[in-house]
Amino acid sequence: MVRALALFAALMTATPLLAEDGQEAVTTFTLDNGMDVVVVEDHRAPVVQHMVWYRAGSADEPIGASGVAHFLEHLLFKATDTLEAGEFSATVAANGGNDNAFTSYDYTAYFQRVAADRLELMMQMEADRMRNIRLTEADIETERDVILEERNQRTENNPRALFGEQMSAAQYLNHRYGVPIIGWQHEMEELDLDDALSFYRIHYSPNNAILVVTGDVDPEEVRVLAEKYYGVIPANPDLPERVRSQEPPQTAERRLTFKDPRVAQPYLQRSYLAPERDAGAQEKAAALYLLAELLGGGTTSYLNEKLQFEKQMAVYAGAFYRGVSLDDTTFDMVVVPAEGVSLQEAEDAMDQAVADFIAEGVNAEDLDRIKMQLRAAQTYARDNVDGIGNRYGRALTTGLTVEDVQAWPDILQAVTGEDIIAAAREVLQPEASVTGWLMRDDEVTQ
Amino acid sequence: MRRIFATLIALVIAMPAWAEIEIQEVTSPGGIKAWLVEDPSIPFTALELRFRGGTSLDDPDKRGAVYLMSGLIEEGAGDMDARSYARELESLAASFTYNASDDTVSISARFLTENRDEVIDLLRTTIHEPRFDQDAIDRVRAQVLSGLRSDETDPNDIAGRSFARMAYGDHPYGSEGKGTIESVSALTRDDIVAAYDNVFARDRLYVGAVGDISAEELGALLDKLLADLPETGKPIPDKAQVSITGGISVVDFDTPQSVALFAQKGIDRDDPDFFPAFILNHILGGGGFESRLMQEVREKRGLTYGVGTYLVPKDLASVYLGSVSSANDRIAEAVEVIRDEWARAASEGVTQKELDDAKTYLTGAYPLRFDGNGQIAGIMVGMQMEGLPIDYIATRNDKVNAVTLEDVNRVASELLDPEGLHFTVVGKPVGLETTN
Repeated sequence: MVRALALFAALMTATPLLAEDGQEAVTTFTLDNGMDVVVVEDHRAPVVQHMVWYRAGSADEPIGASGVAHFLEHLLFKATDTLEAGEFSATVAANGGNDNAFTSYDYTAYFQRVAADRLELMMQMEADRMRNIRLTEADIETERDVILEERNQRTENNPRALFGEQMSAAQYLNHRYGVPIIGWQHEMEELDLDDALSFYRIHYSPNNAILVVTGDVDPEEVRVLAEKYYGVIPANPDLPERVRSQEPPQTAERRLTFKDPRVAQPYLQRSYLAPERDAGAQEKAAALYLLAELLGGGTTSYLNEKLQFEKQMAVYAGAFYRGVSLDDTTFDMVVVPAEGVSLQEAEDAMDQAVADFIAEGVNAEDLDRIKMQLRAAQTYARDNVDGIGNRYGRALTTGLTVEDVQAWPDILQAVTGEDIIAAAREVLQPEASVTGWLMRDDEVTQ
Repeated sequence: MRRIFATLIALVIAMPAWAEIEIQEVTSPGGIKAWLVEDPSIPFTALELRFRGGTSLDDPDKRGAVYLMSGLIEEGAGDMDARSYARELESLAASFTYNASDDTVSISARFLTENRDEVIDLLRTTIHEPRFDQDAIDRVRAQVLSGLRSDETDPNDIAGRSFARMAYGDHPYGSEGKGTIESVSALTRDDIVAAYDNVFARDRLYVGAVGDISAEELGALLDKLLADLPETGKPIPDKAQVSITGGISVVDFDTPQSVALFAQKGIDRDDPDFFPAFILNHILGGGGFESRLMQEVREKRGLTYGVGTYLVPKDLASVYLGSVSSANDRIAEAVEVIRDEWARAASEGVTQKELDDAKTYLTGAYPLRFDGNGQIAGIMVGMQMEGLPIDYIATRNDKVNAVTLEDVNRVASELLDPEGLHFTVVGKPVGLETTN
């Protein structure tokens, strides 16, 4: 029974659980201009999802312009040389389709879901806005108000989101992941036309993009259309390498308390700097993924077993690992204390449980059960080809290859209990951690 | 500068090809009816079981009992306590999810073909022999209370509660189905057992199944799972009297962005004017970026990240609802723009082009809903509960296309009530005050 606590799970971007399977009909190729293409077939319904992913997210923004990647995402729905502002979405709708876009630290993606016979029109329009947007000062002013209201809605009105921003900012000493995707409010207020166009010119080109088409399509037809619309766009020879300032060794444990009168349910969060999935070297990440599942993945996980069932000190406990990331990511734990249990008591109990878990070693039955669920997830995943497409889009924009995506399920199955304990010992280091307490305004810090 | 796409659009304006969804009605040997889409292409099945009644079956002094009960179904059954039950379910790699809303309690199950019999054994035990152990009740109750405490300071939840109280009064719709901190704290094991007896009965059961299962297999499965349920449960409550008077209620809450719910009387799903109203709503506020409200409030003025409207025809009352959020110093302007658009649509109606665009979108987007076994199972159960015929999917777009401009504009003038529109605003809105 975790429904009432979905908000805590939503704190974390879900790590992709679904694994690949030989039976997924995936075809990949690259156009001459360097644009990667992934096609996932599903012929059960005459529907297609067309997506373009750019290897450009908030962590690629210049200093002082936080939020510009997401701002530009909004502005891509304005005019181009051949489309009026709003006409892109209106055309998708007039064809019975839906469209939208999203921005993260490492990528920005645009998508349409539409009847399969409309794929060509989608490609024509998406290729158009890769190079030809035409923005006005009026667009900037109005849309900047919209993103500020978006920040209000997602973050300023939500103490849990504000707390999460402070956690990330404390975790990353030198890396851009410490800055929120949507941007800091004071920098968002100053974003202008030059900021948006500069980001666009640098990052939006076919050799920095991945086309992902899923649904009722023939890969050969996708290739012909992709060459016709995207293949004719010249590669950007000046595309910069994605060089970001990296984290130095982290040597000091950090703690913070965030107080807000709107907090009704205090909780604590712990994050550790952790390695991400790297191309050709995903084993440690696989061990961390299973560590998160064993420690805090569900009702039977170790933290819930100890804190919810045995000690009855928590109403909820969870562990999360986001392996798909270009640079160092985090391993996170959350504990929501039971009524009458202080945050300090909950934190001590969490630390004790993690220490006991490492000392006891992995229970073989627990690991087998999780591996069985991962194998089943490969079957369930085939019911959602858009999800499969998203998995490739995320992977290919974060430094992984098609081969890495396809090898992941077997790598997960090969992880041993010893691997998991070794990864836990290596990553769960206090000096690379941040501990945060989200508190009511009137609570006394001990 | 019209555009290079003009020809392409003209070519594709014809209807997209249809999703061929073949629904069979299955009646089990024991007399349980279900709708089935058999699709063996992936070796699993999605099964949706829905019981009409939902949290509205709570006695007034036991508010939250059905909700808490639905959270306890998975907390131990037969000879398994909560922990061994969870391990058993995980080892089968199946999932059962439970949801309790105002009108229904649902069980959504997903299971592999390879161990279907074992999963159904477990689900049978779950449905027929839930333990409701006291320690599980206390643990899950604490989770619900934690959620309720969070809801108390969530502006969206505050607005929803305030609106419901005003619109529905003492009817179950007038209060939160999750209950209150006081009511949930007082629930006993007897209350949970009573809620269980109230909800699970054959006279209110609707079933949909999609995936790798034949009609015969489904029939046998349904008898095993459900034939032993009692024939009847607690009577469904009477319809709610909806009371929405035009004006503004401000709920003072210290947060930077005000959240507003706006509402007026609605229209029932079986009303002959439902389709014109549905199209009208799409044009006014239902249809993504193209709706009038999104254009006026967001695209032209940048007053919000999102504004939307929804026809909400529930079993026991229908309302027409919308929501918007804007910074405290801008919400008054958003409210004014919405009121003006409401009045303009009521007096002037919509244009032929808006109607045509809405029809193209609504008919073209309809097949996009049927993506995934669980999704289709849920839609089929919804259709049965609304009393729609089994061939409805094939005829639904004809009903949309049959609506004329006169229909929509007549309904716009009859349904839309700018004077009766009530805004419930939570925040520190500048320039807005409670009016009545």
